[in-house]
Amino acid sequence: MNIRGLFILFFCTITGSGLWAKTIEVCYSCEVASVKEAIAMASDYDTVLVKKGTYKEYNLVIDKPMTLLGKGYPVIDGEDKGEIITITSDGVTVDGLFIINVGTSYTSDYAAIRVIKSKNFLIQNVVLEKLFFGIYLEKSQHGKVYNNKIVGDAVEEFNSGNGIQLWYCQYVDIDGNIVQHVRDGIYLEFSDNINISNNRSSDNVRYGLHFMFSNNDTYQNNVFENNGAGVAVMFSKEIKMIDNIFRKNWGPTSYGLLLKEINDAEIRGNTFEDNTTGITVEGTNRVRYEKNDFINNGWALKVRGACYGNIVINNNFLYNSFDVSYNSKLNDNVFDQNFWSSYTGYDLDKNGIGDVPYRPVKLFSYIVNRTPETIIMLRSLFMDIIDFSEKVSPVFTPDKLIDANPLMKKL
Amino acid sequence: MLKILKYSFYDLMRSRWSYVYFLFYLLLGFVLLFLNNDLSKAVITLMNVIIVLVPLIGTIFGVMYFYNSREFIELLLAQPLKRSSIFLGQFFGVATSLTLSLMLGLGIPFVLYGLFKSDAIWNFSLLLVTGSFLTFIFTGLAFNIALSNENKIKGFGYAVLLWLFLAVIYDGLFLLSLIIFEEYPLDTFSLAAAMANPIDLSRTLILLKLDISALLGYTGAVFKQFFGTNSGLIISFGLLLLWAILPIWSLSYKSRRKDF
Amino acid sequence: MIGITDLHKKYGKNKVLTGVDLDITNGGIYAILGPNGSGKTTLIKSVLGMVIPDAGDISVFDSSIKGKWKYRKEINYLPQIANFPNNLSVKELIQMIIDLRQKPSEEEQLISLLELEPFLDKKLSTLSGGTKQKVNIVMAFMFDSPLMILDEPTTGLDPASLIQLKELIQKEKSKGKTLLITSHIMQFVEEVADEIVYLLEGNIYFQGSIKELKEKTKEKDFEHAIAAIANYKTHA
Repeated sequence: MNIRGLFILFFCTITGSGLWAKTIEVCYSCEVASVKEAIAMASDYDTVLVKKGTYKEYNLVIDKPMTLLGKGYPVIDGEDKGEIITITSDGVTVDGLFIINVGTSYTSDYAAIRVIKSKNFLIQNVVLEKLFFGIYLEKSQHGKVYNNKIVGDAVEEFNSGNGIQLWYCQYVDIDGNIVQHVRDGIYLEFSDNINISNNRSSDNVRYGLHFMFSNNDTYQNNVFENNGAGVAVMFSKEIKMIDNIFRKNWGPTSYGLLLKEINDAEIRGNTFEDNTTGITVEGTNRVRYEKNDFINNGWALKVRGACYGNIVINNNFLYNSFDVSYNSKLNDNVFDQNFWSSYTGYDLDKNGIGDVPYRPVKLFSYIVNRTPETIIMLRSLFMDIIDFSEKVSPVFTPDKLIDANPLMKKL
Repeated sequence: MLKILKYSFYDLMRSRWSYVYFLFYLLLGFVLLFLNNDLSKAVITLMNVIIVLVPLIGTIFGVMYFYNSREFIELLLAQPLKRSSIFLGQFFGVATSLTLSLMLGLGIPFVLYGLFKSDAIWNFSLLLVTGSFLTFIFTGLAFNIALSNENKIKGFGYAVLLWLFLAVIYDGLFLLSLIIFEEYPLDTFSLAAAMANPIDLSRTLILLKLDISALLGYTGAVFKQFFGTNSGLIISFGLLLLWAILPIWSLSYKSRRKDF
Repeated sequence: MIGITDLHKKYGKNKVLTGVDLDITNGGIYAILGPNGSGKTTLIKSVLGMVIPDAGDISVFDSSIKGKWKYRKEINYLPQIANFPNNLSVKELIQMIIDLRQKPSEEEQLISLLELEPFLDKKLSTLSGGTKQKVNIVMAFMFDSPLMILDEPTTGLDPASLIQLKELIQKEKSKGKTLLITSHIMQFVEEVADEIVYLLEGNIYFQGSIKELKEKTKEKDFEHAIAAIANYKTHA
């Protein structure tokens, strides 16, 4: 249905006129010089073609299935007056616009493009700058958000908005977008079956990607870099996190990935590099960590209580200051067949698996949890001696927390 | 002074011990690379080894050389030479030859394993620079100890104790005090305590390079200022330099008042 | 040439020199004698600047030596214990000293005189005590300096070398130089010394020629005279 619709639109556009679809051109010297006017004039399935220029307009409401197409990136300048485009109909396409100056408000969440209770929408090749909220989807389904570029100027959390926000949405594809300098790069609340791929979310004030109460979603091949924190997944189920890169999330409350109250998730093939904490977990059950690379993080995996039935298997833990930290003595999680760069055991039977188990939790990480200033003792000989004695007879760290089959070679 | 440096350097270059150290580092480098087969990991392991071993070798060798060259020093004292230049010449001779052993001994295996094509080169350079500083500092401290103690056994004892204290015991006391006073804001204290010990100071420099992600996990403002900006690196290097100069200054002061 | 006034030195509680006054103005051979621990070596080392005195003043060549080092260019010193840096060969050691002093030297003559040629390329650690002492002598005599200080020069020498040493000393004396010598071999002292400086308990107990010493102690034999002077104090 969707593809056919697009095809028809495309067909109509190139033929220039159809029986039931036409193109209305907007430019300074055209008959119609205002986008708003053109939208009002358009009938269902028409195309409004906006030519190069700057159009100072806001509150453009699209209430019928149609295409709003920019040619040569025309600028729509909202002059900070409020929301710019609001879509309230199914089958709307917005393509190739440059939208700036969305109004900031503390009472309403003005967006550059808002989609309300609509289906089969397509928002693509749009550039948003100087915005409050970028693309705001509410109670909408079966839409696509492709290859947009959103560059905000957020400094503080309280007076900035999110790049792409989904609220009560389903079956939306978010692909190939670049989101920078906003509050949350991409934010999902009560949104299920969403697919987020190939996006690049960086330099955002809060999270690169943020899930709240959203289930059965997948994100893959995304890059999250230098955000307040990379990705936060909270109170959600069945999330798949595959082949993403989490980099350079630095700071006391910063991490590559935060999991809070998460069940049955899958974390596979991701790279966590140069983060203060690679993954922080709190209250997660039955999460499977497989084939991830944890490289040069302060803490690769920080476990903060109430985590049961998680499996950590076939991951590479490379040169992290701490591999795993626990704040309790209890452990109900499985670590198996990972490669640990700080493993010092041997493999006499040459089967590629170390003959002595590896203990990923060091006493020192327990001490640092208690007295953070002791971090400065990292790599001290004294600390190594204490760690060694704890390794020999665990007193403070969970004694059953071992990788019984540590790999000798990196995966 | 340069002449003395030249002669004591020649003297050392012929001594068995210089080669023993050179071969030791060479072996260490090759073994680490063989075991790890990964330059970055070998560099990290090496850093842990270097900050403990280099001070020990510097201390022992410094004391040993000083006692062994007593006659040489006496011979020189009767010559028309300034006292401080005799001792400084000897000191620089020892420290330079040890540094050379370190640099070549570790450098050769790492270069052979393709250091120049690897990103580990910066970490490795930092390692060598820190190692050289530690060599100078601990050789200097050893010379001071040897100069103040005629008794060789005593001198050796003090030197080993000094190393043990700075390498292990100091950190133990440091950690203990951090835990005991954990309710108080400790970031200034802990930084100061780390700066006051050359081994901890070098360790801090290495942390700045290797563990910056972890260090930024701590909330203290002083820590943040120190580790989050370049000031940490500059202050650490400045203090390391000070630590290197202090024993030299004390050596030249003491040598002027010493009887032979 | 050497003027020492009120020189004091103690090591810990042990007072070694207690107000030594000594004036040496003319050339000649001065033997500094005294029982063990009387401060001979300390006195010599004070003149060389190796020992820093607690009090008193030393001037060499009419200027105070305090904090100075260049005056040592005009002093040749033969230390008591001939220990050298072990990794150097004899040749290198001699070359080094020449290089350090930057003065014309006549080491070749001395080497052939003392028959050291076969040892030139040997490491010092492999040499016997006597050979080391010969090297020591070469290094002390190879420069032309107005003041020479020889601390136990006879140690370990065979009779032939001893004769050569005496000849060397006489040769230097004939050039009008000043030589300070300490020795335990009284026969040697009697042969070479013009004047005796006798140290006892940190002070100069006697200074004068051998003849004067014999007159004072009423002993005919030099060795007995020395022994007698040591006892003098206890009886007096």
